[in-house]
Amino acid sequence: MSASAPASVKDASTPTPPLRRGAPARIRKLAAQGPLFTAAVLVLVLLVLLAVCAPLLAPYEPDAIDLKNSLAGTGPDHWLGTDQSGRDILSRMLYGARTGLLGPLAVVGVSTVLGIAMGVVAAWRGGWVDSLLSRSMDLLFAFPAMLLAILCVAVFGAGLTAPVIAMMIAYTPYVGRLVRSIARQEQTRPYIESYRVQGWSGWSICTRHLIPNITPTVLAQSAINFGYALMELAGLSYLGFGVQAPTADWGVMVSEGQNPLLKDVMLPALAPATAIVIAVVAFGIVGEGLADRVSKRER
Amino acid sequence: MNRPLLRFLLGRLVGLVLVLLATSFVVFSAVHLAPGDPVSFLMRGRPVTPQARAALTAQYHLDEPFARQYLLWLGDVLGGDFGRSVQFRQDVGELISQKLPTTVFLVVYAMVLVTVVGLILGIVSALRPGLVDKLVLAWTGTSIAIPSYIAATVLTSVFAVKLGWFPLYGAGEGFTDQLWHLTLPAIALALTFAGLLARVTRSAMLDELSREHVEVARSRGVPESQVIRKHVLRNALGPIVTVVGTMVASMLVATSIVETAFSVKGVGSLLINSVTVKDFPVVQALTLLVVAAFLIANLIVDLLQPLIDPRVALGGDPK
Amino acid sequence: MFDKTTAGDTEARPATSGTDTAGRDVPLLDIAGLTLRLPDHAAARPILDGVDLRVDRGETVGLVGESGSGKSVACRTVLGLLPKGARAEGTVRVEGTDVLAMGAAGLRDVRRNKVAMVFQDPRASVNPMRRVGDFLTEGLRVRGVPKEQALARAQELLTEVGIRDPHGALRRFPHQFSGGMLQRVVIAAALSGDPALLLADEPTTALDVTTQAEVVGILRRLQHRHGTGMLFVTHDLELAAAICDRIYVMYAGRIVESQPVADLFARPRHPYTAALLASTPRLEADAAAPQPIPGRPVSLAEAPPGCAFAARCAFAIERCRSEAPALVSDGPAAVACLRADEGILQ
Repeated sequence: MSASAPASVKDASTPTPPLRRGAPARIRKLAAQGPLFTAAVLVLVLLVLLAVCAPLLAPYEPDAIDLKNSLAGTGPDHWLGTDQSGRDILSRMLYGARTGLLGPLAVVGVSTVLGIAMGVVAAWRGGWVDSLLSRSMDLLFAFPAMLLAILCVAVFGAGLTAPVIAMMIAYTPYVGRLVRSIARQEQTRPYIESYRVQGWSGWSICTRHLIPNITPTVLAQSAINFGYALMELAGLSYLGFGVQAPTADWGVMVSEGQNPLLKDVMLPALAPATAIVIAVVAFGIVGEGLADRVSKRER
Repeated sequence: MNRPLLRFLLGRLVGLVLVLLATSFVVFSAVHLAPGDPVSFLMRGRPVTPQARAALTAQYHLDEPFARQYLLWLGDVLGGDFGRSVQFRQDVGELISQKLPTTVFLVVYAMVLVTVVGLILGIVSALRPGLVDKLVLAWTGTSIAIPSYIAATVLTSVFAVKLGWFPLYGAGEGFTDQLWHLTLPAIALALTFAGLLARVTRSAMLDELSREHVEVARSRGVPESQVIRKHVLRNALGPIVTVVGTMVASMLVATSIVETAFSVKGVGSLLINSVTVKDFPVVQALTLLVVAAFLIANLIVDLLQPLIDPRVALGGDPK
Repeated sequence: MFDKTTAGDTEARPATSGTDTAGRDVPLLDIAGLTLRLPDHAAARPILDGVDLRVDRGETVGLVGESGSGKSVACRTVLGLLPKGARAEGTVRVEGTDVLAMGAAGLRDVRRNKVAMVFQDPRASVNPMRRVGDFLTEGLRVRGVPKEQALARAQELLTEVGIRDPHGALRRFPHQFSGGMLQRVVIAAALSGDPALLLADEPTTALDVTTQAEVVGILRRLQHRHGTGMLFVTHDLELAAAICDRIYVMYAGRIVESQPVADLFARPRHPYTAALLASTPRLEADAAAPQPIPGRPVSLAEAPPGCAFAARCAFAIERCRSEAPALVSDGPAAVACLRADEGILQ
């Protein structure tokens, strides 16, 4: 598991002002990124759909215990079998996708917004504001996200809230540093200067031009961060610090699957494990694809 | 030692101390951030005997004003006294130093795997574009996405349960026994990091391969293996060393999951265990330890850079 | 303007003609019908088309063309350095042996002992992370010269190219040298193996004007002293004229004209050469103002059928756009222009 730095997208980049395109053109553009990228996007879309529609799709209640049916194999009743308490694994997987995606969504959403704000302000204001923000980001770098999350659990107790907040904070400097470096480059470009000369306020230039132009690069980083956050949050749940049993969650399921494993029953642990890996791989591919697109457009 | 280097070192050491101070403050004040009375927090909500209350009050100087509490606590910590583990009823420093060797063994073992496998995969995929490169990329892309707890799960079920080649849990005693016990944990720990290192190595090497001085070396009849060794790999060392350095601290945190999964009694599982039972002095000490490890690893990486690239002047950039 | 080389000329070794085992005279470098294609997905993209070029022992030959004309690629082919995935036809003979047909061992021998190259940008062509001494001795070391001896030789060479404190220079790193000084180091390194042929690929383009003259001077002097043949690749016709015996002019992957220097200047035969001459600013007081060539240079891949220069040529007729002219020899000169005999340039 990586408690490590989310791999950072190429730092130096000067995205050109984005062209506004219609939705169909955009989809075609995305497909042009290659079959792997398209597949990864489809996997993620499917994942979200499954999570949203879990109550409609799940054949059983995720928490319905049926001890007579403990560790049933795959079959028409239970497509993916049952776990030790006889709960339907497929249903738990579907519901698990909800907690599995919601946590990272909060982490990435907040850290992206905070990171953009910190990065842009640091780059735009410069001077002592820049050094203050940069130093505090440096300070945060010293805390691996996982460590901060564990510390928060130690103080505030287990559950999704403490680790999610901790990771929001821990992920912010990764976005912030990236945004600061590209915003500083973007700022020196003539179009920004021309808006300045025309008397636009710093706020409008930033919100209407600077931020939209750095967004593609940031999105690429955020997609990669999403994968890492998913991995780390599931890891915390696996440790018993995050989502609490009996709530269905992939990380919790991997942990609950350890006992069946000793009896050579693989599916209770393997099914959620596979889901986690597929999701993280898909986010990684999408993130790299987006970063690729940005760097291609620069050339 | 020349003066800019001295000034650089001094600056970095001051920075290191400042970050550690900030960390210690966060770690200390966490006790007061926690909901409820610090004593009951430190006693994990168990009934508090008057003796225990007195002992804790003395340990944390709870009868003093907050700032003074912190300073007194800091003084103890600097003297190596992190307090007593509530769970083990043992001195925290002692407890950690008992468990540290196992974790260090595991981390070093994993680090060796990461370096060997990561470098080989990275070099191979940079030098063999096409099918080999694609296969390695597919593998590294996947292995980066395999969290250690999942790797642990799969490795256990295959190599410990089904095949019985490796023990299910424990750390073993003596060098070879430890090696045998810690092989699966080390692999589980190394998987993500090896993939990451392979990626970094690959892109750094591709960067260097495209440079003209490499072509120049070839144009002089230098054998390809030597071109790769003395020019490409040599010059790609910067990013490789940086990423390896930053991995050390991340790995210390990651061990907590792996050690828990394999029931290895090191500081990693101690951290998880202490969080679970709210043994806060241990959590404080381990947090400081990991942050210190991270900062020292970073400092070493920065000090190595000018040895790798003579153009990097230490102290030139205050960061 | 580059004529400060006479000092070295007096001690120049006579340019000896090489002979192959059969006793016939063989040119030092003989490129014949060199065609190079890059695979660009389906259609192979051509970069060189039927290039013929010869360099004799001790001779200095210029290869002049605009960027993208393929002159650098042609030059690198002599060392067997083809662009990735490129396919070559024709022959590139160094002392009679075809480089293109050589195995790895043969190529190594050519690169180590016969041909050396000076690249355009010294900053890019020297590994920035290794000491100058390592760079200088690398070529000697791979030939099996012991370290001490190689270092001594390197020091000698540094003195020859005019580096002060050559002993100390060996221990320094490339970034501690100026561009001009570093190019001197590169020249010293190129000459360390006593090559019979020196390839110089725009060796002065990355330098500022005063250092350019110095570097060219050093290059000339050493070349004369060692009796080295040289292929000098440049976009600067004036510079080529100052140091070369003969000049090849290249446009879009083809040789369009070759002549001895004096003749080329006195009587260019190809409209492109004439246009190049007219576009060069002159120092003489009564010279005409420089005339830029209209349009932009094309590469062979994007060249239309017919003469690649037709689109920019003031003398082009309908036939020029459909029929590619062959290179026709006329004594020491050769030209590839359909209207070369019509006296259009007089």
